Amino acid sequence: MTGTDTTGSTVATAAALALGDDALILSHRLGEWAGHAPVLEEEVALANIALDLLGQARVLLSLIGDEDELAFLREERSFRNLQLVEQPNGDFAHTIARQLLFSFYQHELYGELARGEGPFAPLAAKAVKETAYHRDHAEQWTLRLGDGTPESHGRMQAGLDALWKYTGEMFQPVEGLEDLDWAALEGRWLAEVTGVLDRAGLALPAGPRTGAWAAGAGRQGLHTEPFGLLLAEMQHLHRSHPGASW
Amino acid sequence: MTADLGAQLAAAFDAAVAADERVEPRDWMPEEYRASLVRQMAQHAHSEIIGMQPEANWITRAPSLRRKAILMAKVQDEAGHGLYLYSAAETLGTSRDELLDKLHAGKQKYSSIFNYPTLTWADVGAVGWLVDGAAITNQVPICRCSYGPYARAMVRICKEESFHQRQGFELLMTLSKGTEAQHAMAQDAVDRWWWPSLMMFGPPDDESAHSAQSMAWRIKRHSNDELRQRFVDIAVPQAKALGLTLPDPDLKWNEERGHHDFGAIDWAEFWDVLKGNGPCNEQRISQRRAAHEEGAWVRDAAAAYAEKQAAQQAAQRAGQNEEARV
Repeated sequence: MTGTDTTGSTVATAAALALGDDALILSHRLGEWAGHAPVLEEEVALANIALDLLGQARVLLSLIGDEDELAFLREERSFRNLQLVEQPNGDFAHTIARQLLFSFYQHELYGELARGEGPFAPLAAKAVKETAYHRDHAEQWTLRLGDGTPESHGRMQAGLDALWKYTGEMFQPVEGLEDLDWAALEGRWLAEVTGVLDRAGLALPAGPRTGAWAAGAGRQGLHTEPFGLLLAEMQHLHRSHPGASW
Repeated sequence: MTADLGAQLAAAFDAAVAADERVEPRDWMPEEYRASLVRQMAQHAHSEIIGMQPEANWITRAPSLRRKAILMAKVQDEAGHGLYLYSAAETLGTSRDELLDKLHAGKQKYSSIFNYPTLTWADVGAVGWLVDGAAITNQVPICRCSYGPYARAMVRICKEESFHQRQGFELLMTLSKGTEAQHAMAQDAVDRWWWPSLMMFGPPDDESAHSAQSMAWRIKRHSNDELRQRFVDIAVPQAKALGLTLPDPDLKWNEERGHHDFGAIDWAEFWDVLKGNGPCNEQRISQRRAAHEEGAWVRDAAAAYAEKQAAQQAAQRAGQNEEARV
């Protein structure tokens, strides 16, 4: 299935959904932090990142249809986001671990897309600047938590260890973006993440990069249990008023 | 300080304030002026921070992506306003940590309006239109307040608040002109937020403890009742434009006064909410305390890391000096 973007070129629906859903769902998770952050500066920073991601999601989803219809009326099995981004926030270290793993991935991916000539290039050119900021934010906090106190070190390591099994999925080629060199992308991602963890005095998690039968299948619409609850909350109001505009 | 010098300084201060000159952090000021400003600015900053909660309550349920983005941006702005105001208060010799501790201990207040719950999506619009509207009416005169850092913070804050208020109005307009259920939702929200918004201007002039002094010091420019009247006069035609009614049978234009007359405010409710017995007082302060306490290890980590970095840099500098000597 394909759609047409504003420039008239063909956009792979699967790719736009995959990237758009990643941004939409992670933005939602970060939005849950509002009013709960450890310092006021993080209220601002987390909301800022959430807004950037929501902006990306809106552009991507609009390439293939009505953004609200896609966000609020699809069921769980039709979402194409990574399982990583739907994981609950946990503590601040858990959230930062998720941000580190994802923002380094997203930065590499958008950098790649921005250099190409595909339909995602204009979006990626803008988004790559945002993801550079997200990456820096996650990196700085990983250093502070990893090389802070014994408690913060332990929590940061626990966050990384818990999320590691969701990282393999990021580098399975996305339909419509088969031309990308996914193996090279993964290599650069791993090198960069390893570099940050080294400097933070943290260990690269040792476990497998994909878990049980369904882990790593978010791109196929197979999600983890917390995701259904996220959608129930996100979609409830919109679904309660069919056909209404907001 | 001799009595003479003290009297001279006080007289010079009073004259400067009366001449509408700005007081700056290094200027001499009466201790009561300083204390009064810290109290007001802290309360203002706390209101921004606690005020994030009723709106953040709807971020994950916003019914369209556009509205979700607007709401996130608004809550983010509020955190930013809190930061400006804490910084401005710090110029008076207090610290953000100290002020937050007082908030958490219940020793400093925040606006009573945030002790009301946001029960439907329309409340997000009503808060934007009425609560931000009342806040702007209160805050625009503070842009000319005698204390420079406070006045300058308010200039920035008022610009953003006006934007939020227009967005709240537009949200309600969309609901009011939408389906029957949406219109009813909008009306219900306005019915619940109208009176609490009027209470935001504080007690009536004859019961306001700080008003007279604040006005003499030009921290305040208008009395509570004047500002409340101004707000009512602005809100009535806006409600009409929205196609919504205001829940006050006594509300009517008074040709003679050139103002709207309005019904009596339930001051018992106001004082009760202020005392901590409103619908959400407990919840708001608990959430704030929990965020602070659960974040303690994060702040400790950041401090420990900063210390290590500083020690490392100092060691490097010492090493370089050593090399230079050799």
